[in-house]
Parts: sequence; structure tokens; C-alpha cells
Amino acid sequence: MEFDFNNPFGSITRLLTDLLLGLGLDQPLVAFILAVVGAGILAGATLTTAGVFNIWLERKVGARFQDRLGPNRVGPFGLFQGIADAIKLVLKEDITPLGADKVVFNIAPLLAVMSVVGLWAVVPFAPQLIGADLNVGVLYVVAIGGVGTLSVIMAGWSSNNKYALLGALRTVAMLISFEIPMVLVLLVPTMLAGSMGMVAIVDGQDVWYLLMAPVAALVFFISSLAEVGRTPFDLIEAESEIVAGYNIEYSGMKFGMFMVAEFFHSFTIGALFTVLFLGGWRGPGSETFPLLGLVYFIAKTFFMYFVVMWVRYTFPRVRIDQVMALNWKFLTPLALVIVMTTAVVDKLALEQALPRTPVHLVLNIALILLTILALQAYARALRRKVEGLPEPEAGEVAGAAIGPG
Amino acid sequence: MLDQWMFVAALLPIGLVMAASPILAGLLLAPRKPNAVKLSTYECGVETVGETWVQFKVQYYIYALIFVIFDIEAVFLFPWAVAYNQLQLYMVLEGVLFILILGGGLLYAWRKGALEWL
Amino acid sequence: MTAMQAIFLLLGLITFLSAVMVVVSPQLIHAGLWLVLTLAGVAGLFVLLEAPFLAVVQVVIYIGAIAILIIFAIMLTRRMLREDGRQYNNLWAGAVTVSLILFAVLTFLVLQEPSLAAGSEPLQAETSVLLQDLGRSMVDVDRFIIPFEVASILLLAALIGAIYVARPMMASEEGDREE
Repeated sequence: MEFDFNNPFGSITRLLTDLLLGLGLDQPLVAFILAVVGAGILAGATLTTAGVFNIWLERKVGARFQDRLGPNRVGPFGLFQGIADAIKLVLKEDITPLGADKVVFNIAPLLAVMSVVGLWAVVPFAPQLIGADLNVGVLYVVAIGGVGTLSVIMAGWSSNNKYALLGALRTVAMLISFEIPMVLVLLVPTMLAGSMGMVAIVDGQDVWYLLMAPVAALVFFISSLAEVGRTPFDLIEAESEIVAGYNIEYSGMKFGMFMVAEFFHSFTIGALFTVLFLGGWRGPGSETFPLLGLVYFIAKTFFMYFVVMWVRYTFPRVRIDQVMALNWKFLTPLALVIVMTTAVVDKLALEQALPRTPVHLVLNIALILLTILALQAYARALRRKVEGLPEPEAGEVAGAAIGPG
Repeated sequence: MLDQWMFVAALLPIGLVMAASPILAGLLLAPRKPNAVKLSTYECGVETVGETWVQFKVQYYIYALIFVIFDIEAVFLFPWAVAYNQLQLYMVLEGVLFILILGGGLLYAWRKGALEWL
Repeated sequence: MTAMQAIFLLLGLITFLSAVMVVVSPQLIHAGLWLVLTLAGVAGLFVLLEAPFLAVVQVVIYIGAIAILIIFAIMLTRRMLREDGRQYNNLWAGAVTVSLILFAVLTFLVLQEPSLAAGSEPLQAETSVLLQDLGRSMVDVDRFIIPFEVASILLLAALIGAIYVARPMMASEEGDREE
């Protein structure tokens, strides 16, 4: 059995299949066993990375942003901090409040983790390495995200606690609102690649979609940040406001599962953004050496995760009504406009035989400039309203109303 | 195609099991000393006042309604986007018309104040 | 019994039992959650029918939007925390019998139709090609362009209607708040 270095993952699969067939099992069962083994490896690897390494990374990077050291006691450079946290949470007492709905209370954290783990099934790590090459991969991502929303309502309602319920309702309102610009903007990579499958989207990125559709990438990034509940949208768990929101009554490892789900989801956002807009595993030499593609993918994902953390430690928290206004009055119209204009401009560029990338780049830059101008006009109108200045007459320059004093 | 979905069908229960195992480990290892104070509902340290229901703001329901409408719209647009490379310009414009009609709906909601967080 | 048949039976059983629990659950929220399981079972059945797009659309729209809407609506009515007690009366044995007879009659009628009774064949084309065909047909002037645009107008009407109906409720709440 030769080991094809140009297709290591396919060779491994072939080896295992032949091994199992040689044991006398029939084909569908072999396929099922391989699927279970692959799923187990995927879930295990990603959950362990998220639960242990990412927590350490988060705290270390956050500490460096804040000019302090971060965990450095447990193991070299504090690397075992995540394991220590996990052990601590396991040993904490698991309190189920009186009057809580036990079944729903216990299922909610499981659903939260399950929904994030399910996202990794469609992420292409390397040219031949993907869990499930669904040809509806993009919508599958949206679908599984929706299940996470359900777990929030379940957690909030079953806690028999006013504040948990209130927090859960606010959280769900925010989550479903930000799903709209996210879903709409996912139309742009779908259009540019001509397919919903993640592998097809990566294959279509001879030029990274970040360069062809930066506005779409930005809207997707902001909506994803809100979907996860990270700053600047972390009013879900704003400790100073609503005392941990929907998971007030959770303690011990159940709370640990919610936390892991959140960190894991942030990391998954990095991976999805990489696949959709940063070219996934593509890079110089990655077609001939799939392992190099895997390295590129991991590097890009961790870079995006770093950007997510960077945003967290830079921006202040946004108020709930400001968050909703941002979503419905800014991101959704922007997403609609970007989908419409990308669709029309791409067809026009094709007809005029212009190169696609510069045309799209120019369109996006024009859109960004227009948006900034619109925001400036809006800000000026708001300031006039707040400061009580009269509206400028037609022909009068706005600055003249403020005058020299 | 179905064996791809088999991977998904295998991954979701495995994710569930992997989430459940630390919790079960907690059941075995963690102390278990319930008393009345620990079991009571948490309300910033004071006693709970009143029944456990909240004044459910209608605004949540409005957001959910608008969300349903736009979710359905986005899902309608996905086949159009998948077939994009084979469409001619007038077909693309028909899709743009679809988006514009619903953009009008968003504008209506905006003007009527349905998007305000009361 | 092939693997496909076994999986189909399992999914069908899950869907059916969840649907029964929706009707029978004493607490409304539990009924809502059983409904989510029913819808998930239907999505699984779509996957078995080699219609992955419909399966994910089922989860996105039904579970991600409509189930959430239903749960919000349940919470909007203040009776949600009250146990409503047994949801069926003493005539349930007769009702089950009538349902089973109806099921038998429908099955018999379906089996009479030769194209349905013959069993299904695998799809002739790749699902991605079918999806592109769906997209093309939705904007093709000879095919489904009119239903496509009418759907958008229908959604617009639903949006306007919902906001129109909800405005008095929003206004009265604002009035409550100012008191």
C-alpha cells in the first residue's frame, strides 16, 4: 500500500478501509465506523484545543493587552491553566435550583456545546481533509447556529429565575437579530463561488474573498462577534448589569460547558471566517503538499482568533438598544445593499470583460466611502438635535450656524 | 452524498456525549450538600419577591416576527445565488427586485418604529 | 431490512412520538420543545430523501425562526408557568382508534397508486446540479418567476400586517411605562 504524500489523508482513509474490509465487515458498516472514528477525532481534538489551549491563550493574550503577565504558575508559561480550570469546575458542587425544570435544565448546556461541535463538520482543513463535504455547507452553518439559540432559551426558562429569563430573552433577541445580516452576507461568497459547499468556496478563492468583498467580510465578522456574544456585544454576560444572564443558576461543570461553548464558538468564528474570506487552506504550495495547507489553515484561524480577542480588549461594551439599532438600521441595510450591488456589478463586469477583482474592490471601497459619508451626515444631524442648533437653511453652510464662537 | 451526512449524524451525538462526560464526572466527584439557601433562586442576595414571570415586552415578539420574515427571504435567495454563474443580467435583476421589495418592508418597519428597543 | 430502512424507521418513530408528546404535554413550553424535536426528525427525513437543501432550510426556518417565535408567543401569554393538567379527556381510546383506522385507509389508498407503491429510485442528478436548476428556475421567465416575486410581496404583506397589528400593543406598553 503506497503512501501518497500528495494525498496523505486519502491514503490514510484507504488504508483503514482496506484494513476493516479485510476483517470481513461489509462496506456500509466500514463507512459508518470510519465516520464515527473521524467524528470522534475531530470532536476530541477541537474540544480539547478549545477547552484547554484556547482558554490559556485567551487569558495570556488578554493579560498582555492589559500590560500584565497572565497565568504563569501552572506548568511552563502557565500552559496547564486550562486543565486546572477544568478540574476545579468538575470538583465544584452542582446546584440545581428549587423549582427548576430538571430535564430542560440539564439538556441546555449539552445543546450549546453540541451546536458548536456540529459546526466543525463542514470546515475544510486541508485539500482532502474535511468532515462532511455537504453541498449546502453555508446554510448548514446557519442551521446549527440556530440550535445554539434554542439552548439559551432553554437555559433561561428552566432556571426558575426572573433574571435568568430576562437575560435569556434579551440574549435571544440579540442573537436572532444578528443572524439576519450574517445570513444575507453569506450570499456574497456563495455568489462568487457559485456553490454553497465550503470546499467549493475554498476552491473558488484564487483571490481571497477578503479582497473581493471586504464589506461583506466586515459585516460577517461583526455579526459573528455578536452571535458569539463577545465584546463589544457581551451584554449577555455583563457582570455589572445582569449578573451573568441566562446562566446564573448554573454551577460546576454545566456552567463550564457554557463557558467552553462560548470560547469554542469564538474559535469557530475564526475558522469560518478563514474558510469563507481568507482562502481556507490555500497558500503557496498547499496544492502539492496538503499538510502545508493544514498549517496555513491553522495559522489563519489562530490569527483571526487573535483579531477577535484584540477587538474584545479594545472596544467598550455597547448598550442593548444601540446594539439593536446597529443591527437593524445599519448592518441589515448594508448587507442588502452589498448583496444587490455585488450581484449586479459582477454580471456587468462579466459583460464588459473587465477583471473581476479590481471591479469588486472599487465597488466595495465606494460603498465604504458612501457609508462613512452617510454616518457623518447622521452624526451631524444627531449633534444638531442634541445641541439644539437650528437646521441650516438651504444654501447656508452648516459651519456658519456654529459660527466663530 | 448520504455518507457525508453520516459524518454529521455521527458528530452530533459524539459532541453531545463529550459535553455530557465532564458533567457526569462532576456527578461522581463533586460534593453534594444541598441546603435551603443554596437551592433558592438567586436574586442578588435578597429574598425573591413575587412570582417567577417577567413582564414580557411585546418588542421581543416583534423582533422575532421581523426575523422570521427576513430569514425566509434570505433562504429564498440562496438558490438564486448558487445558480448565479449561469444567470443572465435580467435574471439577476429579478433577484434584486426581490431584495428591494423586502428592503421596502424594512424601511416601513423602521419608519413605524418597530425597530426601536423600547 | 437495509440500513436505510432502519434509519428511516428510527427517524419516523422519533418524529411520530415527538408529535404525540407535543399534543399531550401538560406544560406548553415542553410542548414547544417536543415540537423542535419533531421538526428535527422531519429534517432528518429530508436528508434521507436526498434533499439536503430542504433539510437545512427546515432547520434554519422552522427550528431557528418559527420554533423560537412559538416559544416567544407562549411566554407572551402569562399562563405559561401554570401546569394545565392532562391535555386529553376520557374519550382518548376512541380517538386513537379512529386515527388508526384513518391511517389504515390512507395507507391502502396510497398503495393503490402504482407510481407511489413502486418504491423510490435514486435521484438522477447530483444535488448541487439540482440546486442550481432550482435557482435558475426561480428566475426563469418561463417557469417560476411569478411565484418568486409574489412570494416577496407575500412576505412584505406579512411584515406590514404584523407591524400594523402590533403597533397598538407597543403603544399601550409605552403608555404603561410612562405611568
